Amino acid sequence: MKIVVCLKQTFDTEAKITINPDGKINDQGVSLIMNPYDEFAVEEALRLQEKNGGEVTVVSVGGAKAQDALRQALAMGADKAVLVTAELAAMDEYSTATILAKAIAGLEYDLIIGGFRAVDDGSAQVAGRVAEILGLPVVNVVTKLEVADGKALATREIEGGSEVVEVPLPAVITAQKGLNEPRYPSMKGIMKAKKKPMEKKDPAGLGLDAAAVAARVCALEYFLPAPRAAGKIIPGEPAEATAALVRALREEARII
Amino acid sequence: MPDQLTEEQIMMRDMVRKFAQNEIAPRAAEIDRTHRFPRENLEKMAALGLMGVPIPEEWGGAGCDFLSYIITVEEISRACASTGVILAVHTSLGCFSTLYFGTEEQKKRYLTKLATGEYLGAFALTEANAGSDPANLSTTARLEGGCYIVNGSKIFITSGGEADVYVTFVRTAPGRGYQGITCLLVDRDTPGFTIGKKEEKMGLHGSATTELIFDNARVPEENRLGVENEGFKVAMALLDGGRIGIGAQGLGIARAALDAALDYAKQRVQFGRPIAEHQAVQFMLADMATRVDAARLLVYRAARRRDMGLSYTKEASMAKLYATDTAMQVTTDAVQILGGYGYCQEYPVERYMRDAKITQIYEGTNQIQRLVIAKQLLK
Repeated sequence: MKIVVCLKQTFDTEAKITINPDGKINDQGVSLIMNPYDEFAVEEALRLQEKNGGEVTVVSVGGAKAQDALRQALAMGADKAVLVTAELAAMDEYSTATILAKAIAGLEYDLIIGGFRAVDDGSAQVAGRVAEILGLPVVNVVTKLEVADGKALATREIEGGSEVVEVPLPAVITAQKGLNEPRYPSMKGIMKAKKKPMEKKDPAGLGLDAAAVAARVCALEYFLPAPRAAGKIIPGEPAEATAALVRALREEARII
Repeated sequence: MPDQLTEEQIMMRDMVRKFAQNEIAPRAAEIDRTHRFPRENLEKMAALGLMGVPIPEEWGGAGCDFLSYIITVEEISRACASTGVILAVHTSLGCFSTLYFGTEEQKKRYLTKLATGEYLGAFALTEANAGSDPANLSTTARLEGGCYIVNGSKIFITSGGEADVYVTFVRTAPGRGYQGITCLLVDRDTPGFTIGKKEEKMGLHGSATTELIFDNARVPEENRLGVENEGFKVAMALLDGGRIGIGAQGLGIARAALDAALDYAKQRVQFGRPIAEHQAVQFMLADMATRVDAARLLVYRAARRRDMGLSYTKEASMAKLYATDTAMQVTTDAVQILGGYGYCQEYPVERYMRDAKITQIYEGTNQIQRLVIAKQLLK
């Protein structure tokens, strides 16, 4: 069974986000990690491979730093990696999905897995778009996956419960928290990772010209949430203070 | 940059850090409170290949360099100093003694199991009258019918009763000082070998520190490590590497204390602002961070020199001396910054301070380290 995993390098979830004077998000000196949802995807692919045999290929579109996430997946046990370096002025989900789909189209696959969203921009669009371009069924937000006889049985979260979906392979599955507990790469895995193949490509090499991957969506502005205001202490005797509190809740906060 | 790590070293450090913070740190307080040996930590570490980091792959290790091992000890000790010392003794002394001096047969029988973590290693040199001066050791052994008959006792043995194999130093030639010592690999189930009193220590409560008792213990002659009466060479060959390991342990403890102090100083409000905004506290934090970084540079330098095949006796002693003095200083300052809370067990810094003290004492007291450094300077 051949499995392709799409993954992305994102900001560490504990990173402090700041905005540069030019209005862009400051990425200098920020520690990066593999998108945690993609880690579930890698883990699931490795478990399926351990059960059914086959091969796991990890694919990422991004700058040179995306290489670290791919290396980590190789250290966890993936067999090979494809890194598409796209140095575009602006990229959106359309650009990423177009490039990813093109890179994956050149590979053999029975199953494509990715995180259901990235923790940085959180658009949750890319895997679905890849499925659409490749003409494959997609099941999102999966918390349990079984594969047998050319079919995938996926359990997904829906409002108030779960839904079990069956799709023929090949298909695209997106991972939600709860799908599995990702392994740590072992020391031996880390030592082996550098010797595993990492194929490097760019959009032109995949036959995509600048117009084909140009972003369709333009981010107009980034801003940080307003800092939380300090709490207010209402002084005085309990009876008076309570009256003042009720007045504040009715007149200032307008919630009663 | 002198602290520049390779791509593999960074990946490995990040993996060990994440593993240690998620899996080991949350249990450290409970292990300290209940004086429980952290067996489950060692099992998880074995699964990741952390029990034989610098041992070649052909003997079951991960085949990494010495610096990678040192970073592992730092990160594990930052989460739990007890687990850190168990790892350091097992690797620096248990694994390396067998790697350097073991026969093919001994390596097959012991090293492959030690490096994979199936066996835990211990090191038995210290005796009641032979601490900093091992020439004085008096546990005896005489060869009789293919076995060494061992009599005597060892004290302060890390992982006593928990380890599977004990690298044990015995006297085979009376009155010959360093020239009459032999090194033996003693199995836990050797007839006549028992575990004595377990020490109640100030810190490192998760690490078992015990007496070992040899009462006509029969150790097969094929378990002798190296040449008879040349056992002291084994101890000498391990000493410097072991010191870097304990330096890394001190560094990890200091780091944990600095992190705790920083977190607390940013949250604790006095006189209307976080105490981190008071200059008195800022100066303490600045000194603590500077010492931690300096300690890391010394520890990594010693490890790198070892990896490069350069002499590192002086550098190992400097690293051990400075990093463990730093551990004591920084943990003490962390308790001070946390004030009354720092003195309470609800916060981890009092544990760090108790754990730090021993690092100035074992693996060569810091007074011995100064002697070694001076001797190297003046030779």
